[in-house]
Amino acid sequence: MLEVSGLCAGYGSIPVLYDISLALGSGESLGILGHNGMGKTTLLRTLIGALPSSAGSIRFKGEDITRAAPHTRARRGIAYVPQGREIFPTLSAYDNLRLGLVKTGRKPDDALEALLDDFPRLKPLLERLGGSLSGGEQQLLALARALAGDPVLLLLDEPTEGIQPSIIEEIAETLAALRDRKGLTIVLVEQNLDFIAAVSQRVLVIRRGQIGDEIPREHLGDLEIVSQYTGVHA
Amino acid sequence: MMTTTRTTTQTTPLLETRNLNVRFGGVHATRDVNFTLAEAELRCVIGPNGAGKSTFFKLLTGQVHPTSGQILFRGKDIAGMQPHEPARLGIGIKTQVPSLFNGLSVWENVWLAARRINTPTQTERITREVLERVGMMAYREALVGLLAHGQRQWVELAVVIAADPPLILLDEPAAGMSDAEVARTAELILEINRRHALVVVEHDMSFIRKIAKTVTVLHQGAVIREGTPERIMSDPLVQQIYLGKKPH
Amino acid sequence: MSAPLPEQRTSIPVPGALERFSHSWKSAALTLAVGILLLAGLPYALDDFALVQATVYAVMALLAVSLGFVWGFGGILCFGQSAFFGLGAYTYAIAVTNLGDSTVPLLLSIVLPAAFAAVLGYLIFYGRLSDVYMGVITLTVTLILFNVVNSTAGPEWKIGHAPLGGFNGIPNIAPLNMPGNVDDVIGPRGMFELTVGALLVVYLLLRALLAVKLGRVIVACKENEQRAALLGYDSRAYKLFAFVLAAGIAGLAGCLFANWGAFTSPTIFGLAQSAQIIIWVIVGGLGTLVGPIVGCIAIQWLTTQIGTQQAINSNLVLGAILVVFVLMVPKGIVPSAGQLGVRLLKALRRGGRGSSAGSNEMVAQRPYGAAPAAEPEASHSAPNGSRKEPA
Repeated sequence: MLEVSGLCAGYGSIPVLYDISLALGSGESLGILGHNGMGKTTLLRTLIGALPSSAGSIRFKGEDITRAAPHTRARRGIAYVPQGREIFPTLSAYDNLRLGLVKTGRKPDDALEALLDDFPRLKPLLERLGGSLSGGEQQLLALARALAGDPVLLLLDEPTEGIQPSIIEEIAETLAALRDRKGLTIVLVEQNLDFIAAVSQRVLVIRRGQIGDEIPREHLGDLEIVSQYTGVHA
Repeated sequence: MMTTTRTTTQTTPLLETRNLNVRFGGVHATRDVNFTLAEAELRCVIGPNGAGKSTFFKLLTGQVHPTSGQILFRGKDIAGMQPHEPARLGIGIKTQVPSLFNGLSVWENVWLAARRINTPTQTERITREVLERVGMMAYREALVGLLAHGQRQWVELAVVIAADPPLILLDEPAAGMSDAEVARTAELILEINRRHALVVVEHDMSFIRKIAKTVTVLHQGAVIREGTPERIMSDPLVQQIYLGKKPH
Repeated sequence: MSAPLPEQRTSIPVPGALERFSHSWKSAALTLAVGILLLAGLPYALDDFALVQATVYAVMALLAVSLGFVWGFGGILCFGQSAFFGLGAYTYAIAVTNLGDSTVPLLLSIVLPAAFAAVLGYLIFYGRLSDVYMGVITLTVTLILFNVVNSTAGPEWKIGHAPLGGFNGIPNIAPLNMPGNVDDVIGPRGMFELTVGALLVVYLLLRALLAVKLGRVIVACKENEQRAALLGYDSRAYKLFAFVLAAGIAGLAGCLFANWGAFTSPTIFGLAQSAQIIIWVIVGGLGTLVGPIVGCIAIQWLTTQIGTQQAINSNLVLGAILVVFVLMVPKGIVPSAGQLGVRLLKALRRGGRGSSAGSNEMVAQRPYGAAPAAEPEASHSAPNGSRKEPA
């Protein structure tokens, strides 16, 4: 489904990612853990094409998309939920969701009904302006909007940030269900260990712009062991 | 089951809101909130998304004007003031989405915070000290807009500390941080608490347990519970609307 | 501190050599040196006609700097700098006709536009009107001034002894004289020296302002008005100050312009004049002080050259230049030339040492007028023990 090979990227002349390689099959979900500034957001932005890569290649469903523009990648079936949500503040929540649908050409009412069953908390908020929603509500909206386009690959950048604990559980359940029901492939960048353990099958560490070891599932609950993987000064 | 947090009746609380209400866009975002904070007290505020936590902060900083009610800072009503006035009186805030001078360096950001009330020489010293305290000294020349999200959180913490206000509001200070970084933030907050009052909005319950003695719970704009972390977390209503099924 | 410090050593996005240079006193010193050279040397190098041309370029450059400051550093897109420019010219003309000695008129030509800006600015900033309204209101003000002054042609329209002249304008404006001695008037060479001198003084004043607290807070208000307020700075007051200062500078330019041509007319308030100033600043480099000067002089010179031949309409060329610059050289002449220079220097140095690891130069997306792309810290190199762990 997704093959990344030798990927390098950065901002201007500041390199951030070095030689990133990973591969995901359809329906797999991968978690990426790492401290701030290690390149997690940069990796996702490069995968969606918001940031150009300086070397290496990205193949999606067998096709090379390394030079493809973000909207091309979106149309091919990659959805991205960025850190900071990026909700259109002057549009209603409903319109934000409709925008997520545009590329599929489906009619909003049917498609969104099904979507809102997965996100019932958004139902009373539909008429509200995106900018008037609370941070956590915006996060839910951003997630729903990405799923509205019926993607095959979902890139998530810290989706639990600012979300209350009970909703974090719900999102984890929803994502796990979507993964099982629709074979959704997921790349998840997170700091929340419980969430990443619930949603991902494999968890990799990113350190100083490079993909490091895989953290065995049984160790995900132990903060000290995880810290050793992610890197801590003694 | 509201526990009051007034220590003695003689000292004026640092912050007190009385029947604070705000309505906008058809939403009753803050409902009759009576909130009291003593000098150098540390309080955590939790609540479901959309409960009105950030709105409450905006009322305190003058970014939003209340529909009714009073906000007393050291006895002075600050409701309805221009956004720069509560800051001058002594309220600092780290906003939910980091609000910094993105085109300027980390050093410049902190410098500006300190310079308003300090001489140039003092400002240089304070900027250096604060940056060392939050561990961002190596990044002092970096352009804030290019930093990673969690790093921007650190910078904003530095900015707030540098202005040295008696009341510091932190809206989700641990967001976007790894567990090790969260631990450091908790320590920093406890250190700051020695001389400043803090109100911290957060969702990370383990973080809250590390720092808070008293937790206030907001729900649909109103205060529904106030108490120690243990009492709050075992409260069935709080578990239902907020915490969920997993143990915290 | 007992909690361990997480690893943080990655590339730190610091500003490049060019930006550090442009913010330090060294760039001001360089500009000053070049300016003094031109001030002293050009009267010998150029004939009288060319010197007079150079003078008007300097006058316009002063006007350009005023917009470059209030827009590039204050974040205020004022479509009406020509209003203050025109007010300065007219104030001088009317005052000198009435008073004789030019000293007070000169001061008035700075103070009156500034006062006008103070009132206008107060309404806009303290009314917390958005940026769009700033553009619309300032543009409308120039149109109003144009129309009002344009219709004052009859002899009944006068202030003191000075007829306003309507669309005919005010001719034969008395030139500046030595304070106290009405007969000791300024000549072409004196005008040149005064104008370039004023330009340099204003430049240094603005650089100094931007280096101290007042200027830095003005820039901060442009960067993030909310954060500035949350730190206790009243952004309305700082913006008003920048706006009024820029108006005063534009007014001074207007006075010098009236002196240069001994003439002023309502076209000074026109839309075309307002638009031109904006183009000069964009082409020269928004976010710098030298940029508007260079942009203004370059375009003025080009327009003059094109004006001497009949083949192409100069407005067409001006428009084409603007389009080209916005699309291809969005930072403007001065920052782009600076970056080119830095790259050349790096390439020359690299040529001596052998090539370093090649990486495509990417231009980081920055907001308009913000700093140019950053460079890595000196000690940066690929981390050791590189792991290539394909998943």
